[in-house]
Amino acid sequence: MKKKVFQLLVENTSGVLSRISGLFARRGYNIESITAGVTADPRVTRITIVATGDDEILEQIEKQLEKLVDVLDIKELKPDESVYRELALIKVSCPPSERPNLISLAGVFRANVIDTAKDGMIIEMTGNQGKINAFLKLIDGFEILELARTGIAGLRRGTDDIVYPQLD
Amino acid sequence: MNGADIMVKCLEAEGVKHVFGYPGVAIAPFYNSIYESDIESVLVRTEQSSAHAASGYARAYNNEKPGVCAVTSGPGATNLITGIATAFADSIPMIAITGQVKTDLLGNDVFQEADITGACESFVKYSYLVKDVNDIPRVFKEAFHVASTGRKGPVLIDVPIDVQQATVKKFEYPDSVDMRTYKPTVKGNGAQIGKVIKELEKAKKPLICAGGGVLLSKGRYELLSFAEKHNIPVVTTMMGISVISTEHPLCFGMVGNNGKAYANKAMQEADLIMVVGARVADRAFNHPELITKGKVMIHIDVDPAEIGKIAGPSIPLVGDAQAIFADLGEKEYEADYSEWLNILNEYKVTYARKRNPNPEYVDPAAFINILSRKMDKDAIYIADVGQNQIWSCDNVCVREGKFMTTGGMGTMGYSIPAAIGAKLRRPERMVVAVCGDGSFQMSMCELACAKQHNIPVKIVVLTNNYLGMVREYQHFAYNDQYSVVDLSGNPDLERLSSAYDIPFVRVHNMDEAPEAIDRFLANDESYIMEAIIDPMDLVK
Repeated sequence: MKKKVFQLLVENTSGVLSRISGLFARRGYNIESITAGVTADPRVTRITIVATGDDEILEQIEKQLEKLVDVLDIKELKPDESVYRELALIKVSCPPSERPNLISLAGVFRANVIDTAKDGMIIEMTGNQGKINAFLKLIDGFEILELARTGIAGLRRGTDDIVYPQLD
Repeated sequence: MNGADIMVKCLEAEGVKHVFGYPGVAIAPFYNSIYESDIESVLVRTEQSSAHAASGYARAYNNEKPGVCAVTSGPGATNLITGIATAFADSIPMIAITGQVKTDLLGNDVFQEADITGACESFVKYSYLVKDVNDIPRVFKEAFHVASTGRKGPVLIDVPIDVQQATVKKFEYPDSVDMRTYKPTVKGNGAQIGKVIKELEKAKKPLICAGGGVLLSKGRYELLSFAEKHNIPVVTTMMGISVISTEHPLCFGMVGNNGKAYANKAMQEADLIMVVGARVADRAFNHPELITKGKVMIHIDVDPAEIGKIAGPSIPLVGDAQAIFADLGEKEYEADYSEWLNILNEYKVTYARKRNPNPEYVDPAAFINILSRKMDKDAIYIADVGQNQIWSCDNVCVREGKFMTTGGMGTMGYSIPAAIGAKLRRPERMVVAVCGDGSFQMSMCELACAKQHNIPVKIVVLTNNYLGMVREYQHFAYNDQYSVVDLSGNPDLERLSSAYDIPFVRVHNMDEAPEAIDRFLANDESYIMEAIIDPMDLVK
């Protein structure tokens, strides 16, 4: 099993996300994460999909996605040519006595404490998936009450090969 | 002027002459508007038939323009689904219009509401839920474009009733389509075409395997010219049967599970196979590795996703079969394949299917052959699904005419509504539907449609009082335990025909066949011919 990150530019139409996720479901493709958000051009949405499969499946995923009428462009975001980021919100159980300890650990990872309650706090961090996984491992001794991860968003490095959806 | 008027004007602008459908409240504004137009509405008797009729209509004229069907929301729309899925599996251009409940009630589960765009997502080429009346012209323009270009297919347009009723000041139909995201490749890559010629020069045993995509691209002439110029033998898939006349010296029949043994033998022994406009699907290629192992496989398809989906080709070539064979035809090369053709011609004799027909009954194989030979040269033959389909594929004689069937979805009941559509599109052609007693009963309600609209269709029913294809499967797979395949309860077709004022003839054995077929084909009128076949007969 290999993993690939695809970057899609799609028409920002209603139902476009369901067309894409539906394709994965009915053809039995594995999707690890999917993120979507509007681009600088409000008519266009950028979707980042992390998919797994063997070479044939990953090739089919790319072809089948490209075939969808709403898809403007699809590219693989190769690890060495791209940057990936994921946002994680981690709600950790933490008695007041442990607060400084947790805050300093968060500081090492440039994570921010964005909410504090009597017996816990919410830590926000961004990074690639490896960094987030490493932080989660580091705070293993604390009880994680809730975890929200966005899945990765990515961009290709440099300014070559940018797709500009033509503006009317 | 309202949204419904605009919908009709869009259809007029696209040159639509006929719409197949079934009205209901949610599509009533549309049917009210179409009443005033020159477009003829054809009332089918169940919604599924409207899609099959639209499919037959499109296919009868080389799939140049989509067939159009229009039904109401809820059950009307869900009944249409099988027809849409059938067209999708066969890549037939189609516009399916459905009425929908009011926009502000969407999602409330109100009377006759069904999320039809959602339900059809996996078997439409594209779909629209129109929420703004001003979008109608653009949506229709795009829908016709998407349905009839690239890999063709059905496009669904769902229009809520309030959008149909909304007032519009003026109608302007766009001249062109502006879709940034949809630009199918038509022309083949020049370098790849050069590689194909190089491989053909080296090959000793080349073979063209033509699928339905050749017909969809209208590439039949270009492909045949190329095959004839270089003497390359041609086999077909089920959907590709009328690419080449069955009488043509280069035609070596249909491949696959139910195909000719000598066609499959040709596939095995070829050293180069050009698969054109075919999906490499399981029924035609049940061992896809055999068409790539030890040979050069060239896959030509307008849909890049089909190339390499099942079998990885040596040369992938994306494009429209017509454009690619036109380009190939301009390249010159020399090769002599006569030895290979001699071998294949020998196989044609040694691997011919041998049958032992029961003389007490009509032999469906011989019967279909005689029938199709007696038909006009340019006739349209439509096979339904079941044993009748396999016997048709195996024994039909196609010359300049068309052979249609639903190869992808295998939807029973296709032939009668498709024949209605085909005859309406090509009134000058003879149109014959061949079905079994099972598939006939799935669509026999459409006899009323044919009668009402004066569409003369000729229907052959091969009666064996069984769901023969399943019975045959149970014979081989379940030791003759025939479960739920007995069709006792069949109507008397003579009386049924008389109820619809359709002339009828019954054939009991082969001695009666030629004369009955002559009578059946004599005039351009509806006719039902029932052939009684051996209930235990097998296609294998």
